[in-house]
Amino acid sequence: MTTATASSAPGGLNPLRQTKPRYGEAVIRGILVLAAAVSLFTTFGIVISVLIPSLEFFAEISFTEFLFTTTWTPLFANPQYGVLPLLMGTFVITVIAVLVAIPLGLGSAIYLSEYASPKARKVLKPTLEVLAGIPTVVFGFFALEFITVYVLKPIFPDIQVFNALSAGLVMGIMIIPTIASLSEDAMAAVPSGLRDGAYALGATKRQTALRVVVPAALSGIVAAFVLGVSRAIGETMIVTIAAGLQPNMTLNPLQGMQTMTSYIAAAGSGDVPTGSIEYKSIFAVGLLLFIITFVMNMISIRLVRKYRQAYQ
Amino acid sequence: MMSGTMSEIHDPNAPQSTSDLANTGRMDVSAVLDEGRGVVVPESVGEVVFNLDDVHVFYGDFEAVRDVTMQIGRNEITAFIGPSGCGKSTLLRSFNRMNDLIPGARVEGLLAYHGFDIYAPDVDPIEVRRRIGMVFQKPNVFPKSIYENVAYGPKVNGMKVNMDDLVEECLTRAALWDEVKDDLKKSAYALSGGQQQRLVIARCIAVKPEVILMDEPCASLDPIATAKIEDLMKELAADYTIVIVTHNMQQAARVSDRTAFFTADVDAQGVRHGRLVEYGPTRSIFTAPNDPRTEDYISGRFG
Amino acid sequence: MSATLTRPFDQPDAPADLDLRGHGQPLVDKTFRWILFLCLFVGIAFLAVLLAYVVIKGWPRLDSRLWTNMPSIRRPEQAGAESAITGTLWVIAFTALFSLPIGFLSAVYLEEYAKPTSRFARFVEINIQNLAAVPSIVYGILGLAIFARALALGQTVITAGLTLALLVLPVVIVATREALRAVPQNIRHGSLALGATLWQTTWRQTMPAAIPGMATGTILALSRAIGEAAPLLLLGAVTFISFNPTGPFSAYTTLPIQIYNWTKESREEFQVLAAATIVLLLVILLAMNAVAILIRNRTQKRW
Repeated sequence: MTTATASSAPGGLNPLRQTKPRYGEAVIRGILVLAAAVSLFTTFGIVISVLIPSLEFFAEISFTEFLFTTTWTPLFANPQYGVLPLLMGTFVITVIAVLVAIPLGLGSAIYLSEYASPKARKVLKPTLEVLAGIPTVVFGFFALEFITVYVLKPIFPDIQVFNALSAGLVMGIMIIPTIASLSEDAMAAVPSGLRDGAYALGATKRQTALRVVVPAALSGIVAAFVLGVSRAIGETMIVTIAAGLQPNMTLNPLQGMQTMTSYIAAAGSGDVPTGSIEYKSIFAVGLLLFIITFVMNMISIRLVRKYRQAYQ
Repeated sequence: MMSGTMSEIHDPNAPQSTSDLANTGRMDVSAVLDEGRGVVVPESVGEVVFNLDDVHVFYGDFEAVRDVTMQIGRNEITAFIGPSGCGKSTLLRSFNRMNDLIPGARVEGLLAYHGFDIYAPDVDPIEVRRRIGMVFQKPNVFPKSIYENVAYGPKVNGMKVNMDDLVEECLTRAALWDEVKDDLKKSAYALSGGQQQRLVIARCIAVKPEVILMDEPCASLDPIATAKIEDLMKELAADYTIVIVTHNMQQAARVSDRTAFFTADVDAQGVRHGRLVEYGPTRSIFTAPNDPRTEDYISGRFG
Repeated sequence: MSATLTRPFDQPDAPADLDLRGHGQPLVDKTFRWILFLCLFVGIAFLAVLLAYVVIKGWPRLDSRLWTNMPSIRRPEQAGAESAITGTLWVIAFTALFSLPIGFLSAVYLEEYAKPTSRFARFVEINIQNLAAVPSIVYGILGLAIFARALALGQTVITAGLTLALLVLPVVIVATREALRAVPQNIRHGSLALGATLWQTTWRQTMPAAIPGMATGTILALSRAIGEAAPLLLLGAVTFISFNPTGPFSAYTTLPIQIYNWTKESREEFQVLAAATIVLLLVILLAMNAVAILIRNRTQKRW
C-alpha cells in the first residue's frame, strides 16, 4: 500500500483556500436581494397606503354603514357612505364580462390546444393576444362610441348612453386572451398519454377534449377563470368611460352604474383636499377592492400550483 | 478503511496471466492496448493527486455513489468505466465541486487533493475549479468568438499574461491553432463539434490547471473527431493529470493508464447505488479482471 | 386487421360484417369543432372591427396637426396631442429607468442566486405573482399616497414614472426570468468550471446570452406602461396640459389620458380627435411589438 497522504496533510498553507477576499461578490448578492425586496416593499406600500387612510375613514363612518347601507353620495351636503351600490355595479358588469369571456375563452383554448394545426396556431394565438395589448382606454372608447350606439341601441332602444351592458361586453372580450392563454397552458400540461389512452378506447376528438383533457386541466382552467374575474373587477378605464359615474343600486344592465374602480378614478382625479372624508373614502373603497382581488389572486395562484405539481 | 475489492487489486497473488483469453470469449482488446499509451504503469499509484477514502455522494437522501476508496496518480490518464447510472460522472463532478451546483448534493468521506480535503469548510470551490479543469460531454463553447472563449478563463481569474501569446499557445496545445488561426474573431459556434471540443480543452488549459476532468468528452463526436481528441489526451498527459469518464471500453483501453470499473448495486428498495468494483492498471483490468462483474462487462455480457 | 387487407382475395373465413371504413365525422363532432372555432373567431373579429372603426372615425384628423399642435378644449379643429406625446416619452423614460434595473436584478436573484429551497425567494415569487394581478388603479392609490403626497413629489412626471415602474415590474421580472432560464445550463457550468465566480458567470455569460429575450420582454412591459391610464388619473395627468414637460418635476399628460379627456367631451369633433389619437397610440404600440418580434426571430435557435 502506498503512502497515506490523506488526513495527515503537510503543514503548508492550504492552496485550495480563498486567495483574496471577494467583497464584490457579497456586495452584489446584497444588491440583488435588495432589488428582489422592492416587490415586497411594493406590496407593503400598497397595504400601508390603503390601510392608514381607511382606518381614519372607519373612525368616522362605521363598518356597518359602509358595508350594509345602499346609498353612496359622498358629494352631497349630507354625504352617505354605503358601498353596496358600487359593489352592485362591479358585480353586474363583472357577471356580464364573465358570461362573455368564459365560454369564448375556454372555447378558444380548446380549439387552439386540441384542434388547430401547429401552423394555424402560430397565427391565431398571437392574433388573439393582440387583444390583450390594446390599451383599456381604447376599449372604453369603443364601448361608448360603437357598441352602445351601433350594436345595443338598435336592439334596446331605451338603453342609456352610459350603461353596464356595453362596458361588460367589451370587458368580456378584453379578458378572453387571459382566460384562453392560461387555460391552454393547463391543457398543454396534460400528458399526451391521457389523450392517447382515450383515443385508444375509440373516443372521438370531442369526447377526448371534453371528458379527458378539460377535466384533467380543470384546476388550471378554474385558475384562469378566477384570474379573469379578478381582472374584470379591477378594470377601470372601460367602466369609467362607458358605464357612467352614477352609483346605481340596480340589476338592470341597460342603465349606467358606478363601480368601485370608477369611483376611485372619478374621486381621485378631482382635486380632493387631503384629509377630507371624501379623500379617505377613496382609500376605503381601494382597500375593499384590494382585499377582493387579493383573495382571488391567491386562489388562482394556488390552483396553478396544484396542476403544475400534478403534471411535473 | 480498505474495501474488499481494493485489497483484491493489490493482492500480489492475483492472477496476472492472459493465457485463457481466447477461451473466455472476451472482447479482444490486446491490439487496442498495444496501440495505447504503452507505458506499463506500476501496480500501485506513485505520486498521488487524488486520494479518496470511503467517499459517498448523496443527492438529498439518495446515495448515488457509495464507499469509493482509490488513489489517482499524477500525469496518468485514469478512466472511469461502467454501465449508465453507476455514478461515475457523479463521482467525477465531485472532484472539482461541480456537484455543489446541484441542490442537495453532498459528499461524505475524504476526497483529498494533494492531501488537502476538497470539502473542508475553509476550501473555496472557485480555487478548486481553477486547479481542476473540466471538459463536458457536449462541447459547451461560449456564444462568443474563438479568441474570447480561450481568453475568458485567464480574464476572470485575473491572470496577468500576454493574452495573444496565451491564446496561441493553448490553441496549439489543443491541436486547433492551424485550423482556426485566421478565424479567431469568428463565433465559436461556427466550428464543428470536434473542433468545439478541442476549443473547450484549449479554454480549459488556459487557466493552467493541474488536472483535467473529462466527462464523456467524445460522446457526441464522430470517430475521426474522437481519434483526434484521444491523441490530444495522450499528449496532454505529459503535463496534466487526466481523469476521463467513458462509455466506450475501447477508448478506455486505448488511452488510459488505469481503469476503474463501477457498477450499480440495487438495494432492497430498488434504488441504484454506484459502487467501485475494481481498479487497477488498464492492462490488468482488461486482460485479467479479478471480479466476475468486470469480466462480464468487458466481455459485453451486460451493460 | 388483416381481414380488410386480404378481402380482395376473397378469404372465406373473414367475418362477413367486418367493415373498418370510416362513417364520416358524426354531425355533433363537426358542430362542436365549428363552435370552438367561432369562439376564437369572435375575439379576432372584434379586434378587426375595433381597428377598422377607429381608423375610419379618426381618418379626418390623422394629419400633422395631431403631433404638432397642443390640446385644446375650445377649438377642436386646432387641437393636437403634442404635449401628450412628449409627456408619454418623459413618463416612459422614467418608467424604464426605474423598472428595468430593478427588474433585471430581481430576476437574476431569483433565477441565478436563490436556492430553490430559499423561503425568502419563494415568498418574493408569490408576491410578484400577486402584484401582477393587482388592479392598476390600486397602484394609482399607492402613487398618490406615497409618491405624490408622503414624499411630496407632487403630480409630476417622476411620480408617474415611479408608479408605472412598480406596475410593470412583475412583467419585467417574469420576462427576464424566462430569458435567463432559456440560456443552457452548460454555459454556466463551463464558466464556473474555469474558476469564474457566480457573478462573473452571470454578468459575462448568462446575461449577455439572455439579452434578446430580455429585450423582447422589456419592450412588451413598456408597451403596457404606455397604454396605461387608470393610475395616472389619480396622479394629476387629467389636468389640462398644453405645454411639453420640461423635466422630472414638471406637470404632464400622456396619450391614453388625452384620449380619455377627449372622450369625455360631448362635441363630435373631439370624438374624432380621440379616434385619431387612438390610431397614433396603436401605431406606436404596434411598432414596439414588431421590434420585439423581430428581435425574437433574429436570435432564435442559437444553441
